[in-house]
Formats: sequence, structure tokens, C-alpha cells
Amino acid sequence: MEHLSGGDILIRALKDVGVTHLWGYPGGAALHIYDAIYRQEDVVHLLVRHEQAAVHAADGFSRATGEVGTALVTSGPGATNAITGIATAYMDSIPLVVISGQVPSSKIGQDAFQETDMVGVSRPIVKHSFLVTKAEDIASTIAKAYYIASTGRPGPVVVDIPKDVTEPNRKVLYEFPSDVKMRSYQPSNTGHRGQIKRAVKTLLEAKRPVIYTGGGIVIDNASEQLTAVARKLNFPVTNTLMGLGGFPGTDKQFMGMLGMHGTFEANTAMHHADVIFAVGARFDDRVTNEIEKFCPMATIIHVDIDPTSVSKNVVADIPIVGTCNSVLREVMLLLEQSSIEQDHEALKNWWEQIDEWRQANGLYTASRYEESSGDIIKPQDVIKMLYKVTKGKAIVTSDVGQHQMFAAQYYLFDHPRQWINSGGLGTMGFGLPSAMGAKFAFPDTDVACVTGEGSIQMCIQELSACSQHNLPVKIINLNNAALGMVRQWQDMQYNSRYSQSVYEESLPDFVALAESYGHVGMKVTNFDELEDKMRECFAMKDRVVFMDICVDRSEHVYPMHMPGGSMRDLWLSKTERT
Amino acid sequence: MKRIISILLENEFGALSRVVGLFSQRGYNIDTLAVAPTDDETLSRLTLTTQGDSQMAEQIVKQLHKLIDTIKVVDLTEGPHIERELMLLKIKAQDNDSRTELKSCVEIFRGHIIDVTPASYTVQLAGDSEKLDAFIEAVSHMGIMEVVRSGVSGISRGDKFIRA
Ligand SMILES: Cc1ncc(C[n+]2csc(CCOP(=O)(O)OP(=O)(O)O)c2C)c(N)n1
Ligand SMILES: [Mg+2]
Repeated sequence: MEHLSGGDILIRALKDVGVTHLWGYPGGAALHIYDAIYRQEDVVHLLVRHEQAAVHAADGFSRATGEVGTALVTSGPGATNAITGIATAYMDSIPLVVISGQVPSSKIGQDAFQETDMVGVSRPIVKHSFLVTKAEDIASTIAKAYYIASTGRPGPVVVDIPKDVTEPNRKVLYEFPSDVKMRSYQPSNTGHRGQIKRAVKTLLEAKRPVIYTGGGIVIDNASEQLTAVARKLNFPVTNTLMGLGGFPGTDKQFMGMLGMHGTFEANTAMHHADVIFAVGARFDDRVTNEIEKFCPMATIIHVDIDPTSVSKNVVADIPIVGTCNSVLREVMLLLEQSSIEQDHEALKNWWEQIDEWRQANGLYTASRYEESSGDIIKPQDVIKMLYKVTKGKAIVTSDVGQHQMFAAQYYLFDHPRQWINSGGLGTMGFGLPSAMGAKFAFPDTDVACVTGEGSIQMCIQELSACSQHNLPVKIINLNNAALGMVRQWQDMQYNSRYSQSVYEESLPDFVALAESYGHVGMKVTNFDELEDKMRECFAMKDRVVFMDICVDRSEHVYPMHMPGGSMRDLWLSKTERT
Repeated sequence: MKRIISILLENEFGALSRVVGLFSQRGYNIDTLAVAPTDDETLSRLTLTTQGDSQMAEQIVKQLHKLIDTIKVVDLTEGPHIERELMLLKIKAQDNDSRTELKSCVEIFRGHIIDVTPASYTVQLAGDSEKLDAFIEAVSHMGIMEVVRSGVSGISRGDKFIRA
């Protein structure tokens, strides 16, 4: 029976819930907690340079490992700086616990120094939140927070702790709950048996099927089950941006990503499909294009852990609420027992059709862009080179923009958790801190942050945290001297009026900048030197290397959905369309 | 169509704001909201009315259910149910004619006059929303000074009940 202060209880409870480290930034309301951190060695604290990065780093750690990430910030500006990170995790269903200091209970509501209603401000972007009112409640709240964050559809949980609650002189009995029971929260796991049976029958009778999967497969560690079912049925598979790696990117059954910048073959196959087996995906508007024109012929089977995702955008013919893992296992069992014979003739025709589409306009079979040569470096070729140099084994994080789409299209992810990006919120600035989190988790794996000169400047201060904590990530900066994705839209929809998407001559010398943080900087301006320099970069295992690669400034990302069209309505290049 | 949604909620810090916030966040309207602790003081019972087709109602119910603090969420409009709303209404009543008329109206609607001054009557009336609307309409020409409505409270008919 131990009596501890609130600050010590918090850290002890974190340890007892399995936390080994957290990312954070101190300030007044959190100082009792920081003092408690100083007193122990079980939980390591990694100091970042901006609270947004603390949350992204915890998020990157979580995406790379599947464990809950933890961040600690102070009240007021510390808490509000964390908001973008929390929203990013929320949109992609990433389990995080974000602990924020709060002004003392007696000052709450008085516009005290650095007071922000954190529970209120974060409300729409958290799975749940707590305001802890006494030291006695800290341990049980922490246990609940991690339980909620990691179960059901995962998501970020905020724990706001007023300063007096962590007061060092008031000690209370420390008791960590042996298990968490909440009458109001009992996530269900297994899908409805009858529905699964109906789904299996529909799958077996399909003539033009597509398996369409998303981040749910990755989050639920269900890629083995998915791969088994897909192989068993011999169905084509497409992944969302969040689902990449959930099915092997180099597999012949894989059609590539679908959606706004998805492949011709994946989008066209979706449009013509008679059965769509959607697993852990949510029919996002970046996938479906115009919802009224979405997949007109398809019977839709939709598996998701979150009932609110089912029939939200597209009405499911066979809705199944359950975890990807459990439902796919059940599907596999029923497939093995079923006596229904698949229509092999129809499937053969379907595959021939898909192969034809691939040959005609596929990203990986047809030549979809002009080749690099001399000082014209195509961004697509940089990603292909990255794939070659890292042998397809790196963990790749990205920021948001054209570079993100090129990375998603051209790095073929064979494994889940290899591809880390902000899909739902599309947060520029996510790439570097999330790479830090991934590198911390896997120090022996190459971690590359594919970024743009725009995005990297949103969290570039973390180059300093990389030095402090020895996180040798590789930064692959596709420098097109513009907010490229914005410029692409301006080209396509605003008659090339580049309103605020270029920086004139104001970009920093990234090589010198990296060096000033003690890192290695490299500039690449000629395609002929790209391979050697990139090999050199990845050979420096223990250094942060910033590769500033000057890529073709005029390049666009294709394919691209035509606004208001169906899945198959695509721009294939600046001049060709379907 | 009008929907009456019943929610059993943990009586916790911030729980009500999460329910209310959900509605604005998802673009739904709340027409009425009634909330109070139950016989078990760790629980609150909410009745909420909104407008929507059945698909929207289903989505609202699912979204509410997803909130961590909600224990039960039921769309009462799906089955037989009873709704009641309480109204307090202050109205001008200065001469005998208007007092007589008002008294008979209150009687017809089975209400009560619960406060009287030389210038006004205060009326208490319970019933479904339509009945309260009808009463307002019936007396509106007499000079309504103030209307306070509690919002709908609802319960299902028969032996079915909602408990934690
Ligand atoms: C925080 C934030 N602000 C604005 C945007 C809108 N936005 C999307 S892509 C983009 C341009 C990104 O430029 P860069 O990082 O250089 O990538 P590129 O498209 O050039 O490869 C912008 C401004 C965003 N996604 N996130
Ligand atoms: Mg750029």
C-alpha cells in the first residue's frame, strides 16, 4: 500500500498500463507532472519542439506498432497546439492518449493565465475525454483512457488534469485497477452470423467482384486474413490511401490504390463491379467521387467495426458490424465449408478485362509520364528509386500534397504499418514527427519521410528533436518550389492563376539548414546522381539525412477523378481523359 | 417526420455537452431537449426531439450510441409511446370577460390556473406538443405575455422499459 502524489500516480499508472515513453513539452500547469517524470526512469520522456509534433510523433509510433501513443502537454497554448495532432489521429482512428495540464481547479472558469477549456475545445475530435478532479481518480482514469483509446474503433482520448490534482504534497493511496469495466462502453467484436453467411453466398456467386479495403485492415492487424480470403476467392483487391500495405502491393491480385488519385484499373473495375466487398473502409468522398454515380451495378457488402460508418455515405446491401479480423476469419471458415461453385468462366473474363485495363493505362505497366533525364527529375522516379534503394522495406511516412500521392502510387507496400500518412485530415507537417515516432519504435529499420518543401516547413523545428533523441530518419524532400497540389488544382480549375502557391525566392537552403542542426544535407539536381546519392544517404545509418531533390516543377498527379463524375471518370494526363 | 429519441446517459462531467455537440457537429437540429437525473442519480435521462427521415434517425441513434457516456439510445417514434410536455403560460386577464373565457379554455384543455394577479393569469398545462400548440392558438388573441415549455419527455407504451 503506497501513498503517492498525483504527479507520481500519473507516471506510475502510465507505467502500469504499459507505457514506456511519451512525447511532450512542459509548461506551468504540467510542472508537477514533469517533476514526477524527473524522479523516475521507467517512463522515458522525449522533448519535442512544438506540441503538434508531440502528438504526431506519438501517432507515428502508434501507426508503426499498433500500440497506444502517448503525449503530454501543458494547459492553454500547449493544449491548443496539440489540437491539430489530435484531429489528425481522430480522422484516421489512431489510438492515442493526450494528457494536458490544466489550471488549478479553483481557477477554472476564471480566465486564468493559460486557461483553455481543453475538454470543450477538443470535444468534436476525440473519442472521449476526461477532466480529472482528484488525485484518487488518476489511476482509474488512465486505465479507462487507454482502454477506450485502443478498443472498438480506436481514437484519441484526452485526459485533462488541473495542477492541484498533481500537487506533490498531497499523497493518496495508489491503486491501479486490475481491469476496466464500463457499463456505458462495451464494444462488440463479432459480426452477425446470418449476415456473414449472406455475404459469403454473394461473394461466391460474384461475376465481377472487387475487394476494397481501408485503414481498418491495418488497424485491426487483419492483413493476413484479408490476403487469405482474397487468394481463396481469386478476387482483385484495391486499397484506400489508408489501407495500403493491408494487401501486398506487389501481388498480382493487387490493382493499386483507388479513389481520386487511384489507378485506372482499380477505379474502372470498381465502376463495373457487380459485387463490392468493402472491409474496414468508409466510402470517403476522396474514394467515391460523385456519390450518386458511384458503382451503379454493385451489391455492396460493408464490414466495419463502427456502425455509424455503415450506410453513412453509401447504403450497404449487406451491412456487417464487427472487427475486420473476426469477420474475415468467419468468412474464410464459411468459404471452406461452402458447396457453392464459383463462376470460374466469369472470373476469368473479369481478370482478362482487368489485365486489359492495366496494360492500357496502368501505373505500373503503361508509361504514364515522361522519363527523367539530366536536370529533369520526375518525382515519380524519385519514389521508384527510394523503393529500389530501400528494397521496398522502409517505413515511409509522408506529408500532404503531390509527393504524398506519388509515394502512395509508386512505393509498393507489401506490409501493413509500412505506410504512414495523414489520410483523413490531410495534415501538412505530419511527416517528420510521425517518422520520429516510427524510428523510435524501429531503430533498425530505414524510416523515410517523403515530403515537399511546403509541408516540411510546417514542423521543420523537429530536426532539433531528432538530434537530441538520436532519431536518424531520412528526409526525402520532393522540392518542386511550390505548393504543388494547390498549383495543380489552380492549373486544372483556375486557369493557372497561381494565387499564393509559390514562394518567389524565399525558400531556405535546406542543405545548410540541415547542417545547422548537425545533420547531413544533400542537394540533388540531376537525375544521373540520384541513385548514388540516395544510396549514400541510406548508408549513413546513424545520421539524419535531408535529401533536397529538385523535381520537375510542372508535374501533376494522375490519374485524377473528374469532379462530379463517377469512379471511372478520370484525367490520365494533362491532355488525356477517359 | 418528428423523432423522439430517448437517451440514458452517465451523469458525468461533460456528458450532456457531448450529446448536444454531436447534433451541431453533424448538422442535425434539436427541436426540444429535456434532461434530469433518474431514480438512480448516477444516470440522466434525456428526451430529445428532432426532424428527420428514418435513415437520418438511424444515423443519429448510431452516432449517439457511439458516445462513450451513453448507455441506451432508443428512437421512441419507432413504436407505440407516450409523450408529455409541460407548459407554463402567463397571459393578460384584466376584465371579467377575458377571465371567464380563459377559465373555460383552461378547463377544456384540462389545465390549471396556478397564479393570479389583477392583471394576469398563469396557466399550467401538460400534454403532447400538439395539445400545447392548440392551447396557445386558442388563447393567443388574449395577449400572451410569456410561454415556458419544458420540452418533450417520452416513454414507451406497455411493459418495455429503458434501464441501465
Ligand atoms: C496544414 C495544412 N494546410 C494547408 C493544406 C492544403 N494543402 C494541401 S497540399 C498543399 C501543398 C503542399 O505543398 P508541398 O508540401 O510542397 O507538397 P507538393 O504538393 O508540392 O508535393 C496544401 C497547401 C493542408 N493539407 N494542410
Ligand atoms: Mg512542393
